[in-house]
Amino acid sequence: MNTITKRKLTNVIMDLGRSWALIFLIVELVFFSLAAKGFLSLRVFQMVFFFGVTVFLLGVAELFVIITGGIDLSVGYIVGFASIISSRFVALFLQTGMSTLPALLLGIFLTLAIGLLPGLVSGLLIAKLRVPPFIATFSMLGITHGVSELLILNGAVNMPKLSTLFGNGYFLYWAPGPGLSLFVRPEIPRGGFILELIPNIVVVAFVVIGILSFMLKRTVFGQYTYAIGGNVDAAIRSGINVSRHTVKIYMLSSFLASLTGIIYVMMYVKGKGDAGASNLLDSIAAVVIGGASLYGGKGTVWRTILGALIIAILETGLRVMGIPTFDKYIIVGIILISAVLIDKIFPDKTYMDTKE
Amino acid sequence: MTHTLSETIQGNRKLAFIARNWAAFFLLGFLILFSFTGKGFLSVTNFQNVGHLAVIAILMASAETFVIITSGIDLSIGFVMGFSSVTAGKIIQILYAAGGGISPGISIAIGIVIVLILSLIPGLVSGVLIARYKVPPFIATMGMWGITNGIALKICKGFPVATLPEVLTRIGNGYIIYIKPGGGISFFSLPHGVGNESIREYIRLIPYSFIFVGLILLVLWHLLRNTTFGQHTYAIGGNEEAAVRAGINVKLHLVKIYILSSFIAGLAGIFNVFQTGIGNFTPFGAMYELFAVSAVVIGGASLMGGKGSIFGSVIGVFLIAFLENGLLISGVVPFYRFIAVGLLLIIAVVIDQLFPDLL
Amino acid sequence: MEYLVETKNITKRFGGLTAVNKVSFGVQAGEIVAVLGDNGAGKSTLIKMISGVHQPDGGQIFVQGKEVEIHSPMDALSMGIETIYQDLALAENMNVYSNIFLGREKTKKVLGLFNVMDSQYMFDESQGVLDKLNIQIPSLRNNVRTLSGGQRQAVAISRSIYWNAKFLIMDEPTAALGVAQQKLVLDLVKSLKDHGLGIIIISHQMHDVFAVADRIIVMRRGEKVGDLKKEGTNPDEVVNLIVGSESVV
Repeated sequence: MNTITKRKLTNVIMDLGRSWALIFLIVELVFFSLAAKGFLSLRVFQMVFFFGVTVFLLGVAELFVIITGGIDLSVGYIVGFASIISSRFVALFLQTGMSTLPALLLGIFLTLAIGLLPGLVSGLLIAKLRVPPFIATFSMLGITHGVSELLILNGAVNMPKLSTLFGNGYFLYWAPGPGLSLFVRPEIPRGGFILELIPNIVVVAFVVIGILSFMLKRTVFGQYTYAIGGNVDAAIRSGINVSRHTVKIYMLSSFLASLTGIIYVMMYVKGKGDAGASNLLDSIAAVVIGGASLYGGKGTVWRTILGALIIAILETGLRVMGIPTFDKYIIVGIILISAVLIDKIFPDKTYMDTKE
Repeated sequence: MTHTLSETIQGNRKLAFIARNWAAFFLLGFLILFSFTGKGFLSVTNFQNVGHLAVIAILMASAETFVIITSGIDLSIGFVMGFSSVTAGKIIQILYAAGGGISPGISIAIGIVIVLILSLIPGLVSGVLIARYKVPPFIATMGMWGITNGIALKICKGFPVATLPEVLTRIGNGYIIYIKPGGGISFFSLPHGVGNESIREYIRLIPYSFIFVGLILLVLWHLLRNTTFGQHTYAIGGNEEAAVRAGINVKLHLVKIYILSSFIAGLAGIFNVFQTGIGNFTPFGAMYELFAVSAVVIGGASLMGGKGSIFGSVIGVFLIAFLENGLLISGVVPFYRFIAVGLLLIIAVVIDQLFPDLL
Repeated sequence: MEYLVETKNITKRFGGLTAVNKVSFGVQAGEIVAVLGDNGAGKSTLIKMISGVHQPDGGQIFVQGKEVEIHSPMDALSMGIETIYQDLALAENMNVYSNIFLGREKTKKVLGLFNVMDSQYMFDESQGVLDKLNIQIPSLRNNVRTLSGGQRQAVAISRSIYWNAKFLIMDEPTAALGVAQQKLVLDLVKSLKDHGLGIIIISHQMHDVFAVADRIIVMRRGEKVGDLKKEGTNPDEVVNLIVGSESVV
């Protein structure tokens, strides 16, 4: 074999290695399709996305932070915080005699606005007072957690039925009689056939994720995010207002966590203080599996979604197989560590790779 | 503005002293405050209780101190503790139930030895990943967090491991001295024939747990402060490159550090079995590792490494513990503790930023 | 002829130490001046006063004949004075044209609503400046990480040129480079003369200095002890000035 073909082969192997996550996903899908009876179905497929929404959104939140070289420990408890205050607000507005839809919208709006606060505070601590992100976001974790537990000391309030209908509803319905309908589930006889397509919350999540992907890739906001993570000095010398951008990043993360909290309460009726607590590992793992580095400067939205899908499929697959989810923690832990190791075997292209 | 403020304070030696030891002064302040607001706060019984309940936090914080000084972090200790507690519980449970001449003492001893050996493994794995394969400590130990948690849950199937010998809690919650007012003194246990129901009539002094944690702290303090091991730990955190050039085997040392951290977490798990009488897995909301990191940072360490002490970390733990206890006794809802720790952390780091040369 | 940048009796003290003592010198457009000196001779302090990092304690700075005060690196930039540090200030994780436009991205409106980066414009403009300077780089869409040290240096220089630098300060531009790469950078620096730039090079490498400089300034213990035309001197004389007690002003 001459050197040129040998080199080409190495390059192909390296490229395959760099997209190991995609290969893993395919292998995982094939495995569960064979091993888990009933896995290969529309219902299960939609379940993966439905229950994956939390990790999709938190993963993307964490992605922006991680690209800048930071970390956000607070997202999980901000989810809980938002789930509690949103139901509180809505209940309050309903008491004043407001009708359901405006109460719901206003409650969501207020929650999203207040949800910016934890991010604002940790962002300011990190950018202005040089507090390490780990510490700043952990203190916000403590504070949001404490406040949410205080708010539900006397029990959580229920969200109105409309919200739950939306949270568990689908974007598209089709039944033989009434035909196609959007959002509204047609009346069908008990046991009759109905096709339910794309859960509403998946639509919401992917619209948001699409926008964020666009922002990261195509706008100055995204450009600054990468620049800060790649070389903070270069960013400063180029006149980028680094501390301001850092604050924005943590606010974005906090905002996405609040959105996740609102989605949570729409799914489960009641808010819960530790609603997203167990998702911290998953969301950071999703980002790392998606090829980002904790040292910053790397990562894309779609690869993070890929990482999150790997975890979501794992969880759903194990559930379909009837294996307790305890195994999930072990497997995610192993994938997380392997991700870093594999990325070291197939590093990014450098000068040596492109040299003729 | 902050610059001039820090300059002013640095010029003033008394203020500088206070700034350097702010955590101790805060602790003192809390003690005084709660003595007024909380009935029964200022009492030997209460202080002993706080200390007894803080044992796990103290162990966790000491473990984290070593890791943080090397500028690492160990997120797995909370779940290593759960793993250790559950595994010890399971082994003791099986041996105890098997009977056949195995006394509770022997089964407990076997459980302890096996678990202490097992608890070295998570640290070994994360240490090798970090030192040899350059995996960021955050990721390596977060991976071990998932793995040990999953294994612990598998072992106990999601339920605490119960039906263990009753002697466990007798030791775990025992005292050295029991005094009956107007009666007499007895050592190591209630006088023969006195049942547990009348325990409240006795003044109990010096819990065993104090001896246990005191000995461990003494060893760790000595290790960090007076030995080359400790010296190298600071050197790596201060300037890893310089430590390598000075001929320190940095990789090996880092592996040892994570093994030590994991081992201490294992000890905490065993203590947990003695304290509660059951093997407990660690729930997600417990956040032992995060509270430990907080205590260490409040105690004056920096996440950038090179700084920190066992003494400081213990102060940090007590600051959080007394705050929690004082609020509880003063009738405040316990959830304020999360908020309080959050605020304390911010104070800690801001002070650290304002007086970088002092600390 | 008028100097592009000139200092008169410029002085900087750090506590009791006089790092730069009454130094006067100037650089014309289209001229390359090398500043030489041992460690601690004050050459980098001298340069930092021009790039706005340090403020002088005495003396004056003139830019195009006008007296100026340079309070910050941003001030210096606005006067067309660019400093290229050894670490180059490039974000290695980003592509070439993104680095050239970093912090000054060109955007366009999409649907009259969103500001989106105009990548094609930035690509074309970057290609333009690279062509003008005769710099060859495989693809501007590659990350800077994939470039050689010399190519990175070239990207940093092109960025300055694109943003209308009139005066370049280069700190050890060839320090970390192999021989072939050094030549690439030195050729580029020489070609910049034709674009009418004034350039100061700080270097330890006598070979570089004699390859590109028109004039050599030697600093010793904070003072200027030599200001020589390249044609009228040789490496031995310069070395003697750096270490010895001679002075030729």
